[in-house]
Amino acid sequence: MAWAGKILRVNLTDGTVKSEALNMQWARDYIGSRGLGSKYLVEEVDAKVDPLSPENKIIWATGPLTGTMASTGGRYTVITKSPLTGAIACSNSGGYWGAELKMAGWDMIIFEGKSPKPVYLYVNDDVAELRDAAHLWGKSVFQTEEIIKKTHQDPLMRISSIGKAGENQVLFAAVVNDLHRAAGRSGVGAVAGSKNLKAIAVRGTKGVGNIRDPKAFMQVTFEKKKILAENAVTGQGLPAYGTQVLMNVINEVGALPTRNHRDVQFEGAKDISAEAMKTPRKTDGKTHLVTNQACFGCTIACGRISKIDETHFTVVNKPEYWGASGGLEYEAAWALGAANGVNDLECLQYVNVLCNEEGIDPISFGATVGAVMELYELGVLTKEQIGIEAPFGSAKALAFLAEETVNGRGFGKEIGQGAKRLTAKYGRPELAMHSKGQEFPAYDGRAIQGIGLAYATSNRGGCHLRGYTIASEVLGIPVKTDPTESEGKPELVKAFQDATAAFDSSGLCIFTSFAWSLPDLAPQLAAACDDGYTTEELAKIGERIWNMERDFNNRAGFTAKDDTLPKRLLEEACKTGPSKGKVNELAKMLPKYYEVRGWNPDGTLKPETRARLGL
Amino acid sequence: MQKVLHIDAGKCTGCLQCEMACSYENYQVFAPSKSRIKVFDFHATGKKVPYTCTQCDEAWCLHACPVEAITVDKATGAKVVSEATCVGCKVCTIACPFGTVNYVQETGKVQKCDLCGGEPACTEACPTGAITYIDANWTGLGRMAEWANKLGNQPVAN
Repeated sequence: MAWAGKILRVNLTDGTVKSEALNMQWARDYIGSRGLGSKYLVEEVDAKVDPLSPENKIIWATGPLTGTMASTGGRYTVITKSPLTGAIACSNSGGYWGAELKMAGWDMIIFEGKSPKPVYLYVNDDVAELRDAAHLWGKSVFQTEEIIKKTHQDPLMRISSIGKAGENQVLFAAVVNDLHRAAGRSGVGAVAGSKNLKAIAVRGTKGVGNIRDPKAFMQVTFEKKKILAENAVTGQGLPAYGTQVLMNVINEVGALPTRNHRDVQFEGAKDISAEAMKTPRKTDGKTHLVTNQACFGCTIACGRISKIDETHFTVVNKPEYWGASGGLEYEAAWALGAANGVNDLECLQYVNVLCNEEGIDPISFGATVGAVMELYELGVLTKEQIGIEAPFGSAKALAFLAEETVNGRGFGKEIGQGAKRLTAKYGRPELAMHSKGQEFPAYDGRAIQGIGLAYATSNRGGCHLRGYTIASEVLGIPVKTDPTESEGKPELVKAFQDATAAFDSSGLCIFTSFAWSLPDLAPQLAAACDDGYTTEELAKIGERIWNMERDFNNRAGFTAKDDTLPKRLLEEACKTGPSKGKVNELAKMLPKYYEVRGWNPDGTLKPETRARLGL
Repeated sequence: MQKVLHIDAGKCTGCLQCEMACSYENYQVFAPSKSRIKVFDFHATGKKVPYTCTQCDEAWCLHACPVEAITVDKATGAKVVSEATCVGCKVCTIACPFGTVNYVQETGKVQKCDLCGGEPACTEACPTGAITYIDANWTGLGRMAEWANKLGNQPVAN
């Protein structure tokens, strides 16, 4: 078992909240979280729906291992049709909220319709009610959490909410929980905002108890935690340096996209790296990094908690930003830093805190600013239009544009549309570094061939978390492949995409896969849920989930033409580094990828593929 | 040798494995809400602090109990609540200066850490060694050794 067996269905239009039984056949076939929530979405929502209309739905989903002692068992996902991409969105978050929902006795919450006025959902075990949120509208994530806890006199409550950016429907608005953990990508926060849904406040005291074989579960989760502890990445690198351990590594392999992907190495990488976060500052002698932090149940603890230099220009006379807060993680440090040529660590953390405070995705935001800075340097955009001089490398411009964007002011409104729409408006669509409308994360698709293919084929647009081939192509996990070689990458990308879908659906964190593979996940799911969860079965379920998402996107209107990369990655070669002279060889990889996927040349699923996967 | 739970807050990451282990040991569910050890997260400073009963020798809770429901486990020194005897008057929760004995609505009794009969589940679950179960007389040994190491292994002045 391990599923709670119950879901909440909230009709925001009518203001009704109903309990219904979980579809156990779907649970068995799609596991939970990403897979199961997506199954509900594709069954209930027309793929052609306007993402910001009441006809779209948005789902908060946990996995069967969420809220258990399996390491990293605290994850949940937010699933909807994305307003940024028009594709299926599934954004994953840690912190404590997911486990709390499960402990209240619910596997997921489906929101339908649109509330006539701002509301939040209050869940206290079996009690689930919509409450007026007029007093919360216009408040930040940080304020919202504080006010709700005070209102209910419950400091132990966990809250998942949107800030002003979600209310304003910034197309890359995030859903944020526990102050600084976010379901960050694809604009899931904007969908919540479009429905006048401000927050979900949860207190769960029942716990998770219906483990199929408790003794076997305790034994196997104990053994698997040991593997994480003894692994160099999950046992040492991530707890000590966080994901930021990658900054110097990726820069050295010449795959650190810099200044809107003009360059692949950043001369300021060392200034914004994990090592920099641990070096005492000249101003106050303190380190930027305060401590690491775990999410619920996590025995890795990669999270970063930092303090901004109180004398830094961004926070002078703003004591509310002097306390410890989440960040910097690698993706944010890259997107806010290297992507814009900014090497001011304190500024990056200030902007990162703003992203958490008002709920936006720092990757899409940072990458969009990168495009703006390039447009400024080309003379397409002027200081008057932007509101500030915005050359690459300007920390002042970055901080200013972050404030404008999260508060929905001035040019920030245009940035809030994302790089694809903004560059198109100014006649230079080729300068948006994205796939399917979602901005790329922190790895260059020219220097690392497989990740380029993973971006082009990702079901949620440009994303590293749908198939993290960096593990193999750079870190050698589980086997080293040559990043500059495109041969063999279609098979590698498929394997990563399918396995990731299974991990994401379990309720555990994908970072465990630095040390674990499906044979490590399978016995944990088997002991908790169903002994039919073998390694082979999980691989098949992962593939089923991938194809289900793909099929939804095809129905939404995506075709093979959308499985592509910007001209810059296909035609402008890397200028420096080990991959100097390389472009992404997508045209060589894509047909082979379709073949190994069992798809037609137009990117649709072959009937036999559907039949094989039970779709 | 009497052993005690020793907490090194600097090592705590806030993962709550200890809270789940505690609730699982006592109630067979993973439920921090039922845990007898709590981790406090002071987000403005980044500090995480696990906190539970220290098993006072002259335990205020034990002396305050009007029905003698709290007794000493001779093997471990733990102050243990007898659910059969407890009447749920909550006087112990007022007497305890540290707040580590708490009322449980569902049962109408109080609960507190009982050291799991000598094998505390929280210590086994803690991935970082922030909670250990060690010799009561030598809880400072680790810290002394750390400082001794700093002193003893300095370059020799000459």
